[in-house]
Amino acid sequence: MKLSIERGALLKAVAQAQSVVERRNTIPILANVLIEAEGDTVQFRATDLDIEVVDKAPAQVERAGSTTVSAVTLNEIVRKLPDGALVTLTEEGASGRLTIQAGRSKFSLATLPKEDFPVMASSDYTTNFSCPAPVLRRLFDKSKFAISTEETRYYLNGVYMHVADSDGGKVLRCVATDGHRLARIDADLPEGAEGMAGVIVPRKTVGEMRKLLDDDDMKIAVSVSETKVRFATPDITLTSKVIDGTFPDYTRVIPQGNTRKMEVDAAEFARAVDRVATVSSERSRAVKLSLDEDRLVLSVNAPDSGAAEEELAVAYSDERLEIGFNAKYLLEIASQVDRENAVFMFNSSGDPTLMREGNDTSAIYVVMPMRV
Amino acid sequence: MPALCRDCLATFDAGARCPRCRSPRITAHPELFDLTIAHMDCDAFYASVEKRDNPELEGKPVIIGGGRRGVVSTACYVARIKGVKSAMPMFQALKLCPEAVVVRGRMDRYVEISKQVRALMDELTPIVEPLSLDEAFMDFSGTQRLHGAPPAVMLARLTKRMKDEVGITGSIGLSHNKFLAKVASDLDKPRGFSVIGAAETTEFLRHKPVRLIWGIGPAAQASLDAAGIRTFNDLMRWDRRDLSDRFGGMGERLWHLARGEDARRVSSHTPVKGLSNETTFFDDTSDPDILDGHIWRLSEKVSARAKAQDKAGRVVTLKLKRANHTGLTRRLSLHQPTQLADTIYRTARGLFDQVGDQGAYRLLGVGISDLVAARDADREGDLLDPGAGKRAKAEEAADSIRKKFGKDAILKGRALR
Repeated sequence: MKLSIERGALLKAVAQAQSVVERRNTIPILANVLIEAEGDTVQFRATDLDIEVVDKAPAQVERAGSTTVSAVTLNEIVRKLPDGALVTLTEEGASGRLTIQAGRSKFSLATLPKEDFPVMASSDYTTNFSCPAPVLRRLFDKSKFAISTEETRYYLNGVYMHVADSDGGKVLRCVATDGHRLARIDADLPEGAEGMAGVIVPRKTVGEMRKLLDDDDMKIAVSVSETKVRFATPDITLTSKVIDGTFPDYTRVIPQGNTRKMEVDAAEFARAVDRVATVSSERSRAVKLSLDEDRLVLSVNAPDSGAAEEELAVAYSDERLEIGFNAKYLLEIASQVDRENAVFMFNSSGDPTLMREGNDTSAIYVVMPMRV
Repeated sequence: MPALCRDCLATFDAGARCPRCRSPRITAHPELFDLTIAHMDCDAFYASVEKRDNPELEGKPVIIGGGRRGVVSTACYVARIKGVKSAMPMFQALKLCPEAVVVRGRMDRYVEISKQVRALMDELTPIVEPLSLDEAFMDFSGTQRLHGAPPAVMLARLTKRMKDEVGITGSIGLSHNKFLAKVASDLDKPRGFSVIGAAETTEFLRHKPVRLIWGIGPAAQASLDAAGIRTFNDLMRWDRRDLSDRFGGMGERLWHLARGEDARRVSSHTPVKGLSNETTFFDDTSDPDILDGHIWRLSEKVSARAKAQDKAGRVVTLKLKRANHTGLTRRLSLHQPTQLADTIYRTARGLFDQVGDQGAYRLLGVGISDLVAARDADREGDLLDPGAGKRAKAEEAADSIRKKFGKDAILKGRALR
């Protein structure tokens, strides 16, 4: 195999591949990236057995072929090469080495046989649709903070992407929850997505997929089967197993009868929460919200370290209410609001609270209160 | 040489008997009145409490422990003469000492007596670090002016008051650091008072086995053996860096201990690391219903202790011992600390289910660790488990019933399995 490629294009492709590779690996081949050169493209393939990424880049291929080398080392080398350099990758079958040459730099990396590289079995995708990158970006960006890290409830370790009914119509919906907060984000249903089976997209996949979504004009080809999900751009194909489990019935978690409405400037609210939380003990940052006629008092009382209080003008006209929350959760949901005021819908101090942006119900958040 | 009579507390220049009361219970040492770090260890504590509460046991061999399958938890000195030791299986102990009176432990009572002893220690110095119910470190630095007497005298007075006012005996170790104070208290049990001075430290340790070091269990012992380290003298021959390389963090500590150095301070704030309860079964069992019953009862016990101490744990641990004595431990970090029996049980039960069927077990334990104050516990509900709040309230109600009518007033069905 022999090929030449511009450093920038190479770095982009290798960087995407190496981020899938697990840092601590017991199976040596999984630390490697499979390089395949043919025609006028080179493709880099990496996997952790749950996710596989294939990244294509244009290259001058002098001699077709393929091999595998350490993804992390290759990425480090390419990263350190000067911008604009032309990089040549050469592999002589017999040597067991891949030579990387750029200007006066020359590297030689140990290879592993390409036959050992596990290629993810293809799947029969039952649903295929195309979705603009900004739509997917919003769906996942606004929900991923609520993904659980609890191993015992592994079926919460991802974002539940499915088709749901909303106001008589169908929507593409992403839901994530860890049992303490929940995010439910809706988008218009893309053409072709109607019959999609709901899948739980794992946390790591969400992170990797996000890198495909930066370009506003990009259309992402989404394919879904019962066991796998695939996100593809013309250059990059990300295939991932989905979490094998049943996502709990989240609809009963979303409060329907919360009538006490508070409207507040989200940014101002977030800053105030952050300020008062400074004095609370590090692990359980409980903030108390005391609501009265158009007035909100945020307070923290940490017996060991101190107390803090801040008053905010809000729109509130219901009965007095005192309710506590984990400051971190309040900050997270408040930071999802970007256009209008945050609207909180409370019931009692023991019941879940709902938050949305203005009157927009396409993105709602539920947060469990905390005893204060 | 400075000397002290442990009966009448007279201080004098060395002699075989006290010049004032003629008692032979004398402690004499060149540094006797200069040392300030002490370790107090009650003598056969549980057995002493039983004897104190039941005069009929006086002079008889008494063993605290339970059941045919149980082990000796404490043996009184009469039983120890026959060879009975702590942690010995009960059947073996009874073979050595068939006339022994076996008493099931009464933990509540021991805690009560322990508190009385603790109160006596608290009168002497603000820095008391209890290691368990029956032993504690004390730092007497700077108390001499306060008491008008050196630490040694106050310690002799402490053991005297323990005997006169509480009715149990203890042994004292006095030295210049924690490690040596603990070693010293064990030298002359029961009713002992031993001193290890700074001048004699290395000579004293030289031929002693390294297992003297508190915290060197069988595993550490084996790795030390493999390195050819049996005595402190062996340890002294090792280079500091070699020890660190071979034993990691422990190596550095060993290097210092070999020289009788121990910089750890006596701290009255040493937090309790965890709370756990375990039970050895009468017969090995693999019956999931029976095991489930034990998980519940132990979770309830741990929870009761946590509630009594106003503590909550962030980590739940399940411990199992198979019929062939091999053990396994599983732990899980919770999202928030808990002191609820319900949460401890559900977590431990989940861990048990993960272990899968591994045959019969002889022992099961449940514990919580990473402890915090109770006010930080169980503050958040679970969106996906709306029943959790109700169960917590039910537990609260059951607790208040128990408080009023005794601990067996209300039980869960599964506790009866």
